[in-house]
Amino acid sequence: MVDLEYLKMSPLQKFWFNFKAFFKGLPSKFSAFFKAIPKKLYKLWLAFAGIFLNIGRAARDGDWKTRTSFAVMGFGLVARKRYLRGILYFLFEVLFVLYMVFFGGKYIAQMGTLGEVAEVAVKDPLTGITVYEYHDNSLLILLYSLLTIFIMIAFVYMWYQNVKSSLISQQFVEARMHLPTDKEEIHSYADENYHKTLLSVPLLGLTVFTILPIFFMIFIAFTNFDGNHYPPANLFGWVGGENFANLFGGGVAGNSSKFAFTFGQVLLWTIVWAFFATFLNYILGMLVAIIINKKGIRFKKLWRTILVITIAVPQFVSLLFMSQIFSDQGLINNLLVKWGVIEDAGRIPFLSTDGTLARTMIILINVWIGIPYSMLICTGILMNIPEDLYESARIDGAGPFKAYMKITLPYMLHVTTPYLITQFIGNLNNFNVIFLLSGNVPISSDMYNAGQTDLLITWLYKLTMTYNEYGLASVIGILTFVIVAVFSLVLYNRSKSVKNEEDFM
Amino acid sequence: MEKKKLRSKKGAERATRILIYAVLIVISIIWLIPFLLLIIQSFNGNAGGGYGNSIFPEVWTFDNYVKLFTETDFPKWYGNTLLVSVVVTVFQTAIVLVTSYALSRLRFKMRKPLMNLMLILGMFPGFLSMTAVYFVLKEIHLTANPLGLILVYSASSAMQYYICKGFFDTIPKSLDEAARIDGASRQQILWKVILPLAKPIIIYTVLTAFIAPWGEYMFASLIMRGDTSMYTVAAGMKEIFLSQGNEYKYFTVFCAAAVVVSIPITVLFIWLQRYYVEGITGGSVKG
Repeated sequence: MVDLEYLKMSPLQKFWFNFKAFFKGLPSKFSAFFKAIPKKLYKLWLAFAGIFLNIGRAARDGDWKTRTSFAVMGFGLVARKRYLRGILYFLFEVLFVLYMVFFGGKYIAQMGTLGEVAEVAVKDPLTGITVYEYHDNSLLILLYSLLTIFIMIAFVYMWYQNVKSSLISQQFVEARMHLPTDKEEIHSYADENYHKTLLSVPLLGLTVFTILPIFFMIFIAFTNFDGNHYPPANLFGWVGGENFANLFGGGVAGNSSKFAFTFGQVLLWTIVWAFFATFLNYILGMLVAIIINKKGIRFKKLWRTILVITIAVPQFVSLLFMSQIFSDQGLINNLLVKWGVIEDAGRIPFLSTDGTLARTMIILINVWIGIPYSMLICTGILMNIPEDLYESARIDGAGPFKAYMKITLPYMLHVTTPYLITQFIGNLNNFNVIFLLSGNVPISSDMYNAGQTDLLITWLYKLTMTYNEYGLASVIGILTFVIVAVFSLVLYNRSKSVKNEEDFM
Repeated sequence: MEKKKLRSKKGAERATRILIYAVLIVISIIWLIPFLLLIIQSFNGNAGGGYGNSIFPEVWTFDNYVKLFTETDFPKWYGNTLLVSVVVTVFQTAIVLVTSYALSRLRFKMRKPLMNLMLILGMFPGFLSMTAVYFVLKEIHLTANPLGLILVYSASSAMQYYICKGFFDTIPKSLDEAARIDGASRQQILWKVILPLAKPIIIYTVLTAFIAPWGEYMFASLIMRGDTSMYTVAAGMKEIFLSQGNEYKYFTVFCAAAVVVSIPITVLFIWLQRYYVEGITGGSVKG
């Protein structure tokens, strides 16, 4: 395909072309992916082999100081006057041993069963009354074993670093080269090693409050953690892939097929919602931006400010207020009754029993919330479009509509594709709008604990917060992740091909 | 004849312009009415609250505001939210700035994998981690405590490096190189070269970090659920004022609370609007 031919196509043809190109390209992408696997594995193997090679080398070539570091971390370093590092390694080892002996070890040992005794009867020696005390807590066992595994991995890494740097120090001394002194080492953390200084705190936070919980969630998907197995009064245990089987309708639980049906319904609505919430807002916002930007329109700043005010008001305030005035007994219905538009008995269920109406209302209210954002984004870019493009289009006799289709829209799409993708992905997981607006939408009888307007993420919320179905919810969470990841990959892929093919600037 | 054509063209332009003004006025009305309604309802003196059935209330009163500050926990929620958002702003801004600097300017082996990791982590539905986070906090006795909330909000800030890194990438590398030739360390470059040039993005980060806790509902309601007086405004207004069965009673008080919450945020936002717009347009559309 020659570039010129591509440029001659109408937008629809272009889209079709890109669409086809994406699917045509899929097999080769897949094969490239699988072809890359052996190479990656080989690289990984090399990395691993390198680690063992280094350890082996340290055992073979190391003198007694280096070899002592295998057991007493930091010894080889202290022996070569690198006190700071050596002492820190040693402290780390001591702390790790203490942690494992007094805390981590017993949790790791219980990880296979997640606890055996939930409660034990204890007789109070004074009163003689038997009381029940909680004993094993599956939740804490799982949480702490994961934490311990993380710490063990960190320890192995530190141990390896200790061996490696002991050996290097030894070789440096043997070659009569200059070993960094403690002072130089400290200074390096403001220079060559500055990234370690900067990233240590952010990464620690990320590990404890994001990565650890995600692993926890993934493990929960393989347990029967629910309302009937709720610690500390009850234990939960491993059930293998049962929750996944339930989701796809093959499980033993009575509700299994209903669960599969609900998942399909909710997924469908999630995608429909994300599509409308993204593109409707975008196109309408762009239109508003265009008419405000039009030459000869006065008070541009005023119009913009009016819309910006609505961004400034916290979103949860506007959403909650909207959900209140549109409720069955809400202001809008009251006014309509008073004005005689509807009967008192015939109140309009804007955001309650009628699923289709509620979905439409949610999309509309979201348009109201979202237009100012997209207006703001589009305004800046619109002003960047070179005026002479329009000038020459006018001379060639193009009307405003044609100029829009041929200049404005392609330009905007080209520049804002990354924004649209992040918007779309954000909307797949848009909790706030759905949750705050559709609090009144009842659970629908043919669905498993979900209402007509629930997205995957709000369904998940209901399953955990209201029904304590943690195991099932985790499965949905994992699937949500997979879906979002697939969408991101496909979309970013497409946007890349668009970028290469019609470079504007 | 030429003239006539010109005039008709002018007439058509005028007609479009009038049409556009009409559309803009309608849009403005649609966008402003809910907020006017909110303000009006906050002065509604309908006995016992209630949704009312008229746009303008029969009785105008300040009672809702009085009630808000004397009979409910709202002042406490407000104080909590202010505390949380100020502290989070400090932590989050610091974390985002240093992460962005490291990822934009420093070159180390794990840079690319780290950026990919954060991209992937961002795809997990955030509150899936809530259960685990809740139990972690419970173990260190930080539930029903603003400190716990501060920790949760700040801990994952690194993932928001994207926009700020984009900004740092636009600062010319030659500045760094010149500083290095003069003998500056990488730490000094951050403090003396990059940060003084980063004012717009710092303001953007501060603004978004400060506003976020005022509207965050999920974590706030979960972590504070042991003690409702520790709620933030978002959690309190949803969980208490609009809890099932209470909506009717508290609706006008809710409106008053909404006004009180919105005023400072709106003022701040309008004041720093320029930076906000620069941030979102600069960071999210560069392609």
